[in-house]
Amino acid sequence: MVEMMAMRDAYGQALADLGAQDERVVAVDADLASSGKMDLFAAAYPERFFQMGIAEQNMTGVAAGLAAMGFIPFTNSFACFATLRTADQIRVSIAQPKLPVVIGGAYSGLLGGKTGKTHQAIEDIAVMRAFPNMTVVAPGDGVEVRKAVFAVADYGGPVYLRLTRDPSPVVFDESYDFKIGRAVLVREGSDVTVITTGIMVGRAVEAADALAAEGVSVHLLHAATVKPLDVAAVVAAAERTGLVVTAEEHNIIGGLGGAVAEMLGEQLPTPMKRVGVADVYSESAPDVDLLQKYGLTAGHIAQAACSLLERRAAHPQS
Amino acid sequence: MANAERDKPLAEIANDLRRLVIATLCHTQAGHPGGSLSAAEILTALFFSVMRIDPQRPEWEERDRFILSKGHAAPVYYAALTRRGFFPEELLQTYDELDSLLQAHPDMRCPGVDMSSGSLGQGLSVGLGMALGARLNGFDSRVFVLLGDGELQEGQVWEAAMAAPKFDAANLVAIVDDNRVQLMGDTANVMPVEPLAAKWRAFNWQVLEVDGHDVNALVGACAAARETSRPTVILAHTVKGKGVSFMENTHTWHCAPVSEDLKKKALAELCTREAR
Repeated sequence: MVEMMAMRDAYGQALADLGAQDERVVAVDADLASSGKMDLFAAAYPERFFQMGIAEQNMTGVAAGLAAMGFIPFTNSFACFATLRTADQIRVSIAQPKLPVVIGGAYSGLLGGKTGKTHQAIEDIAVMRAFPNMTVVAPGDGVEVRKAVFAVADYGGPVYLRLTRDPSPVVFDESYDFKIGRAVLVREGSDVTVITTGIMVGRAVEAADALAAEGVSVHLLHAATVKPLDVAAVVAAAERTGLVVTAEEHNIIGGLGGAVAEMLGEQLPTPMKRVGVADVYSESAPDVDLLQKYGLTAGHIAQAACSLLERRAAHPQS
Repeated sequence: MANAERDKPLAEIANDLRRLVIATLCHTQAGHPGGSLSAAEILTALFFSVMRIDPQRPEWEERDRFILSKGHAAPVYYAALTRRGFFPEELLQTYDELDSLLQAHPDMRCPGVDMSSGSLGQGLSVGLGMALGARLNGFDSRVFVLLGDGELQEGQVWEAAMAAPKFDAANLVAIVDDNRVQLMGDTANVMPVEPLAAKWRAFNWQVLEVDGHDVNALVGACAAARETSRPTVILAHTVKGKGVSFMENTHTWHCAPVSEDLKKKALAELCTREAR
């Protein structure tokens, strides 16, 4: 039985623990602290918690001001509002002056608890990645979230921390050495490379297991940090198998798939498939139905890998 | 230089800042004269009387902070910073040029600039964050944010206006350079912001109204801002383009280059003004 943990629970606990060890850490919320589990920090350190109400632009500006005074602010809202409603505030008040604000994006991707397209975030990585000075981190499980929280607090620059809501498989163990900007090898394989970010890593492990049963060896690389991308690791993985599938709970435009394709296109052109939302808006429905309809299951990852392998078999390189 | 400058009557300093603004904008052949000239007394009051700052230690943690939320008035900000001794006057000649510390809109790379700005509507939120941070640090620093009247059309200003009283941010002072003109014309026609005093009062701020070209009145209002537990807004009634007759009360000089001829005419007017 796969162990499950909700990223938001791990995030809330990690933030509170971080607050205990570092008095510079402050939290700024836009009326969603109980959803994103920032409420643990709020209860423990009320003097360092600022409830700004449903006003994300002001929340973001206040965080910038606190950062300018030497604090390390974490903001909290749903990923869509935290990054898109506030895009200009992030651009001018955080990214341009390089202030160390951690922009927390809860409920990223499609799974927001039956809230539908208005509350889903499939453009956030693309937009955040386009800001100079911005680092984009999308942890893949509760263990990685915890390590990422401590790492981003020490980073000294603007970070977008992309989080999810519901319990998901635990992939990493406590000994895992997380570093911003470093992709990690989850499975070593030889036939096809799968690169994941965020919650897709658990589904990719499931896909790798299924493919292994069919005799397909998957090389699975997890890039929690989409920006800066671990170029060396991605190039090495692409070189090893010659085929690359990217997987993310995000639009196929502008996210991990875009980042990998841009870089490989210049450095090592490699046949690719991008697993993600196919540039459409989703809807409100049960989680399993959304993942199935919008192409985000382990099966979709396996299918993408197989289609690349079939293409290579049909058109072997000279 | 800086100390001699400080002994001058404040009104003379304001006029001097105007001359620097005109010279700078003529040199660069770009920029925003109207909203720089209207703010000359406000910058003078803050930088030469009110604010606890030390040009020798621009990063001093316990200093007061200033945010030029109406970032397009950068020329008068730079004029005040150089006259106060934050950087040499020659630097003004690099305004708007490649690799300059003096960006068209203020950037924190410039000594004395506490916050980058330029996209309207953001400064009051940042100022509130600074005010809360100062309190958390146990500093009695105050934070001054200069807004334009047209800028008040941005919704984020009112998000911040709603939030500051909740936190009893008495160390936060907003100043509105109420020159009543914006890029496309009179603020009252483009998008009315009045009644301003009533709006800020309704948001639970202490509201003070002054003649924004009376430096002593501005200094007095900043002192009065200390006498309350609420944040204070100073509505500084000003004239766009103040001090240069052909630039006054018109949107045509909101953003326009100053020619060599008009620079001479403007500087002559400003000298006469001083002699009076």
